[in-house]
Amino acid sequence: MSSRKVLPGFNLTLGYTVFYLCLIVLIPLSALVFKTLNLTFDQFWAAISSPRVVASYQLTFGASLLAASVNVLFGLLVAWVLVRYDFPGKKVADALVDLPFALPTAVAGIALTALLAGNGWIGQFLEPMGIELAFKPGGVVVALIFIGLPFVVRTVQPVLEDTEKELEEAATCLGATRWQTFGLVIFPAIAPALLTGFAMAFARAIGEYGSVIFIAGNMPMVSEITPLIIIGKLEQYDYAGATAVALMMLIISFVLLLLINALQAWQRQRSGAGA
Amino acid sequence: MINKTIASTTHSNARRISTTEAPWVQWTLIGLALGFMALFLVMPLLAVFVEALRKGGEAYLEALKEPDAWAAIRLTLIIAGIAVPLNLVFGIAASWCIAKYEFKGKAFLTTLVDLPFSVSPVVAGLIYVLVFGAQGWLGPWLAQHDIKIIFALPGMVLATVFVTFPFIARELIPLMQSQGNEEEQAAIVLGASGWQTFWYVTLPNMKWGLIYGVILCNARAMGEFGAVSVVSGHIRGQTNTMPLHVEVLYNEYQSVAAFAVASLLALLALVTLVIKSVAEWQHERELKAAAELPPERPRDEIPRPHLA
Repeated sequence: MSSRKVLPGFNLTLGYTVFYLCLIVLIPLSALVFKTLNLTFDQFWAAISSPRVVASYQLTFGASLLAASVNVLFGLLVAWVLVRYDFPGKKVADALVDLPFALPTAVAGIALTALLAGNGWIGQFLEPMGIELAFKPGGVVVALIFIGLPFVVRTVQPVLEDTEKELEEAATCLGATRWQTFGLVIFPAIAPALLTGFAMAFARAIGEYGSVIFIAGNMPMVSEITPLIIIGKLEQYDYAGATAVALMMLIISFVLLLLINALQAWQRQRSGAGA
Repeated sequence: MINKTIASTTHSNARRISTTEAPWVQWTLIGLALGFMALFLVMPLLAVFVEALRKGGEAYLEALKEPDAWAAIRLTLIIAGIAVPLNLVFGIAASWCIAKYEFKGKAFLTTLVDLPFSVSPVVAGLIYVLVFGAQGWLGPWLAQHDIKIIFALPGMVLATVFVTFPFIARELIPLMQSQGNEEEQAAIVLGASGWQTFWYVTLPNMKWGLIYGVILCNARAMGEFGAVSVVSGHIRGQTNTMPLHVEVLYNEYQSVAAFAVASLLALLALVTLVIKSVAEWQHERELKAAAELPPERPRDEIPRPHLA
């Protein structure tokens, strides 16, 4: 320990943190890598590129992308309204944003299914219009929108609170319309946060399982998500196949995590330079 | 203010200049945002309770009295009761070393702590099957010694610990970083031991962040579905947690019973949100009170001057 560290407990807490991290996270995750190394490359490739698995990637990525985009739009709207305006019930609305964090995913899944089924509160109006969401890929998108909303709101909200009112006043004084002020002053300030929120919602959506399987219908090639492929392979004792697909997902998660970290660093730099 | 008056005098009076939107724009945006929230957040929540009570209060209570439901509730409480304290101790240790010290690889360590957030719950369950399962690294040894981890309680606890791993650490690290080290250093210089410093200085300062982290960690621990589903084995009345029991009932078309158990989980979510909001408001109030004190008297410990 260097002499600058006045506080005790560094070795103890760092040692315990690393020990617990290895025990719970790193060693089990490394099992995934080592088990995959037992496969030949052809076996690995066959497992991750069979048509059914590729169809699941398309659904998982497409639905996650769509859901995260909707979340950016409405997440920004919700964050904007909560930060800038006053209205009755604002505190309740603010608290409710975290509902998807607190509500178990299985409960969200069966509730959304009940709403969107042909005889449900919302489904009964959509069905005559020819829109079927329950047990269809569209339902997956709805579930992923539900899951991802708080990520965008909660990353944009603090940044929006910190934007300097003076800059907007200056823009107005210089003759900018409200739209110009938003596009040229406010939006650039919150863009990194929006991107971070998008990436977080997207990362969460890719791995999501509980809320999706109830509403998806789980038809092979049509509405089967990648995590369900892993479960299916496990149930057939195809451990090698499950491991290979899981490793693919893990790599994607890693890349997204690094991306999110880079985005957050950019955001801190932005707000640091602005202050 | 001055700028504004100048601006309004130099520009023609016909165009109103302001730094906010016209009321009709405000109310349209508020309406859109609340409409979206009603559709995506409030309706699903309401649907849980309406579906649970579809056949009346008696059918609802009947569904909750079932022994399998009770077994699921008990198992869920046991798992959360083990997983949350484990992650609490880890969260405090991790935030202490990450927030209070500078060392090489700190950014990397912080990223690793966050890692379980971005791993799919299904993958989280699978990795423990690969370590402890019949075909896994320790499988043969465990079978010889007759220890069951996968398809039993220990595996479910491990999977839950994994998915809730960063919750508490993540709340505490930014909070402790923003508070700095000065108060702890003062305590040490005044002769307090490390533990005394932690109990009397650090813990009171991070109280709200701690409550916030524990409550969210607990909600996730009780509600986890994917990871626990992989390692549970789905033995009714034995290794089914509440979310898994909901799935079993739902797939058996026992809709009322499924939504009845789900309604308990929804209540848990609502209680979580209430406690979380109260903790947040309380924390904000304390921060505001501290900020309003004159800078030379930053804390309540200093006796206030009499206003006679």
